[in-house]
Amino acid sequence: MNEKKLAFGYTVSKDRQIDFDEASLELYNKVCAAEPSIRLCISCGTCAATCSAAKFSDFSLRKLILQVRRGITKGLQAEVSKCMLCGKCQLACPRGVSTRALIMQINMNLQKTGK
Amino acid sequence: MTFDLFVIPFFGGLIFLLVVLFIKYSRWIALIDRSGRRKIGYGLFSLQIFPATWEVFLESLLHRRMWKQNKLLGYMHMSFAFGWLLLILLGNLESRIYSGGHLNPPYYPIFLKFFVHDKRVLPFELNTLPGFFRFIMDFVLLYILSGLVLAFFKRIHSRWFGMKNTSRHNRFDQWAITCLWLIFPLRLLAESLTASIYGGGGFLTNSVGDTLAMILPAAVTPGMAYVAWWAYSSALGIFFITLPWSRYMHIPTEVVMIYLKHFGVKSGKHLNSFSEIEMRACPKCGVCIDVCQMKDAGAVGSTPAYFVRSLRMKEGNSLLNNNCMLCGRCKEVCPVQIDLLDLRIASRNLENQSIDKPFSYLPADVPDSKGINVLYFAGCMGHLTPSVKKAMVSIMDAANVKYKFLDQDGSVCCGRPLMMAGMFEAARSLMEKNRQAIHASGARILVTSCPICYKIFNEEYKLFGVEVLHHSQYLLRLVEAGSLWINHSGLSVVYHDPCELGRGSEVYKEPRKLLKRVAKLIPIEQERENALCCGGSIGDLALNQDQRNIIRDAALDVLLEPKPDFLVTACPLCKKTFSSAGTAKVIDIAELVAQQLEKADNLIEETVEESIL
Amino acid sequence: MNKQVAIIGAGIAGLEAASILDSMGFKVTLVEKAEHTGGHIQNWHQLFPDRRNATEVAQGIISKPLANVSTEFNREVTSIQPFAEKFIISAKDGWVFNADAVLITTGFELFDAKRKEEYGYGIYDHVITSAELETLFKKENGVTLRIGRTPSRIGLVHCVGSRDEKIGNIFCSKVCCVTAVKQAIELKELYPECEIYCLYMDLRMSGRHYEELYKQAQEEYSIQFIRGRLSEAAEDKSGKIIVKVEDTLLGRPLKMTMDMLVLMTGMVASAQTASICSSAGIQKDSDGFFKASDPHLYGNITGIPGIFLAGTCSGPKTISDTLSDARSAALAVQSYLSAEANN
Ligand code: SF4
Ligand code: SF4
Ligand code: SF4
Ligand code: SF4
Ligand code: SF4
Repeated sequence: MNEKKLAFGYTVSKDRQIDFDEASLELYNKVCAAEPSIRLCISCGTCAATCSAAKFSDFSLRKLILQVRRGITKGLQAEVSKCMLCGKCQLACPRGVSTRALIMQINMNLQKTGK
Repeated sequence: MTFDLFVIPFFGGLIFLLVVLFIKYSRWIALIDRSGRRKIGYGLFSLQIFPATWEVFLESLLHRRMWKQNKLLGYMHMSFAFGWLLLILLGNLESRIYSGGHLNPPYYPIFLKFFVHDKRVLPFELNTLPGFFRFIMDFVLLYILSGLVLAFFKRIHSRWFGMKNTSRHNRFDQWAITCLWLIFPLRLLAESLTASIYGGGGFLTNSVGDTLAMILPAAVTPGMAYVAWWAYSSALGIFFITLPWSRYMHIPTEVVMIYLKHFGVKSGKHLNSFSEIEMRACPKCGVCIDVCQMKDAGAVGSTPAYFVRSLRMKEGNSLLNNNCMLCGRCKEVCPVQIDLLDLRIASRNLENQSIDKPFSYLPADVPDSKGINVLYFAGCMGHLTPSVKKAMVSIMDAANVKYKFLDQDGSVCCGRPLMMAGMFEAARSLMEKNRQAIHASGARILVTSCPICYKIFNEEYKLFGVEVLHHSQYLLRLVEAGSLWINHSGLSVVYHDPCELGRGSEVYKEPRKLLKRVAKLIPIEQERENALCCGGSIGDLALNQDQRNIIRDAALDVLLEPKPDFLVTACPLCKKTFSSAGTAKVIDIAELVAQQLEKADNLIEETVEESIL
Repeated sequence: MNKQVAIIGAGIAGLEAASILDSMGFKVTLVEKAEHTGGHIQNWHQLFPDRRNATEVAQGIISKPLANVSTEFNREVTSIQPFAEKFIISAKDGWVFNADAVLITTGFELFDAKRKEEYGYGIYDHVITSAELETLFKKENGVTLRIGRTPSRIGLVHCVGSRDEKIGNIFCSKVCCVTAVKQAIELKELYPECEIYCLYMDLRMSGRHYEELYKQAQEEYSIQFIRGRLSEAAEDKSGKIIVKVEDTLLGRPLKMTMDMLVLMTGMVASAQTASICSSAGIQKDSDGFFKASDPHLYGNITGIPGIFLAGTCSGPKTISDTLSDARSAALAVQSYLSAEANN
């Protein structure tokens, strides 16, 4: 494509940029269909603050949700596998996101696609 | 004359049924693992056969548990099962009077009145053997027909049976149920018409026959009678043929299941062929639908009757698997005693077992803490109810317990939520971590505030040498041993049984005993085994917040009905769930004890001072 | 004959409307559940965004002339019943009163922070609410911790009881963000050495001069803002508060030990709202506050002619918004009563 070659006088390193033109929201759409409450997240971080897994690792459910929303699936499976399913996040979330159901959906969808 | 063409539908159907049942059961039993098969082998020749047979009699025939749930429903099921059996047994005996005690072809007793017209005895002649049988056979038929009338009303007014919901039917069910409805009225018709022509009916068939004879022209009755016998036989035949694929497969399967259970065969954590048998033992009585709170949340499709059916039809899906709170209310009432929780977890396992969770990030070192007696584990949820933690710490301090707060700054999850989600391997890696920490402490007692943790510590951790207690049990023990002084608050309270502590672990007594020492405990309508779930359950993986709120509010309506000063619970999750409604003062049992402890403390100080003076 | 207006609640909205209706020549009766007039403002020290002395503002409202206004104290109104063009007002203590028009100015209640158990209010000594902090500012003109030491780190937690599905309040209370910034500044003035942190989800500096106050807090007072909602607080052996948040902008969990935690408690509908609504036949909105018949065109009018709303009883408002709302309500009452008189 021609537009791609357009130079704006600066370049963004490919790895840094979220290329929404290229991103596939397939995972998000699937997860969203099965667990619509993913749309309610406001990235407040309460889940990540209270998270049992985050005490021992760099896991952040808030980040995970954002990645799914932005179509970033690389490394997601390793990330989501860190969750212990303990449910603290679900009790704490101010938006009533069904976090555990969401995690299971992400889990299952990634499992299916083998990403 | 001991044969007529019309017996063929019945006889053919019966043979077909027996062959299909034989094939099906042999296949399932063959699929049971080696140890299960060995158990069956031993069981068949053990004394277990007697209690098992007794249970078959009580449950499959008399339907004792169903009676307990609902008298009308019990009567209805019993009239069919027990009545039919009596009809077969007694019919057999009766037929021997006429065949000189020889063994007859199986259809002979069933259609006896077609083949034998004994005009010698009168309808109410009870003092002769044939007369007695004639009376009793008609009586049993009437008994079954009364059940049929009830079944008819149940279809129209299921509420009379204490049931707000009954389950839907598939195509085989439709055929089978239509035939089942017809069998006994057709038998009545056939026997009555025959009696009106040849005589020899009992009190029922005779009088019905007489009435029919009055209405019908004499020329048509013989033809009609013959058609009725054909119809009766055909209804039986079609019922037998459709039975293995209809809900009525539960009739023979329940019997098989009861025997297998007595022999020690279980489904456990994985779907196996015993689960297949369990699935088919469900008569879709609908008792579970009524107690399952999922229907309040608009998810009737997730209730066990439907869930079990979709498993049986291989139509299960992840929503069905996940949408269950594992509260155990259904399992408690299921008259067939299907392990509905294990079935649900096992189907989740089938779906989720391949999800890999290595938890390799967990630290390798184990906290070292020698010289303590008691380990306290608040649990993940416990960190969101700091008043419970604080109460426990102050109580243990007051009682001079040498304890360690194992998860003071954050827990490794106990693994129960993963177990409930069917991810057993993942759960085990968490369990191993906690097990190491528990054993390294050298403690003899592990106390937890969370019933979810309590259940798995107790059942799956296999903590040899360590006694696992829920805090309600531990506090009661401290009080009874005289290590804690508490006084009565004068408050009136209602106690909510947390699912995992009550039905899940059968801890009902201790919390109540402890509570009675600090408050006035008001009994409520649905408690202990029948307690409601708070709606916060960690067992469910699909409910949304609104649905959970509906379940919570409905439960609160029941709990707050007697207007207690406090709603007491013994689970951080229940506490958070209930208090989120903002309509009740909710308190944990440990907090209540801690409050009364302070006062007791003052009391002791005062008395000490007094005695010094 | 002078028409009788009953105003339910003698907070600033009630007082402001009373003085205007009074000057219009109506007979006004203020019905107040407490022992004094003024409401919440009486407990406040300074007001945002200009840190105006709250007592002065309260005095400004209270001291307005109220010639034909009588006030009933200690009367908690539980029902308003329309009856033959009039309204029967009944209080908890059995007091009954008749009026030609009713203006509801029952205001708000502060969210009970104990309901947010994981934040430790009522459990840990050094967790207080924004209202308590204000009272401390006002009373002692200084905050001393119970342990007697000068605090070296204080955290202000936004959105306590607001924007929280888990306690059933999904709405934003509108005033607590700027209150937090104001209180942060006041704390810093009191303890110049102390580090002050605001823990927020969103900073809603929507009013005039709020953003300036925010900038001032950064520039002159070095207040730190952390974007992350508090999940839970714990207490250490020395009574300090340990908080857990995620620094969402950095994407890392953050643990912090504080000497004191201030919870910015939000507004909730006052307790009598439900019973007044059901007795009067007017509507309660999904957030629990009174519902106006048309929030755009007729914000002071309810579904029942003759019953009016003003102030925070119909949703969170600032003080200046409350006062303007009260004035517009007075006009609505007047146009209703004069139309009645002409009929
Ligand atoms: S707590 Fe809820 S709203 Fe906040 S980041 Fe997590 S999922 Fe999103
Ligand atoms: S359920 Fe998973 S994401 Fe949520 S708090 Fe527990 S470990 Fe963290
Ligand atoms: S699962 Fe049990 S209670 Fe439910 S319909 Fe089947 S037999 Fe009845
Ligand atoms: S365990 Fe509870 S929620 Fe699940 S099906 Fe049974 S009664 Fe319903
Ligand atoms: S004004 Fe700020 S602190 Fe108050 S509820 Fe709204 S966002 Fe939260």
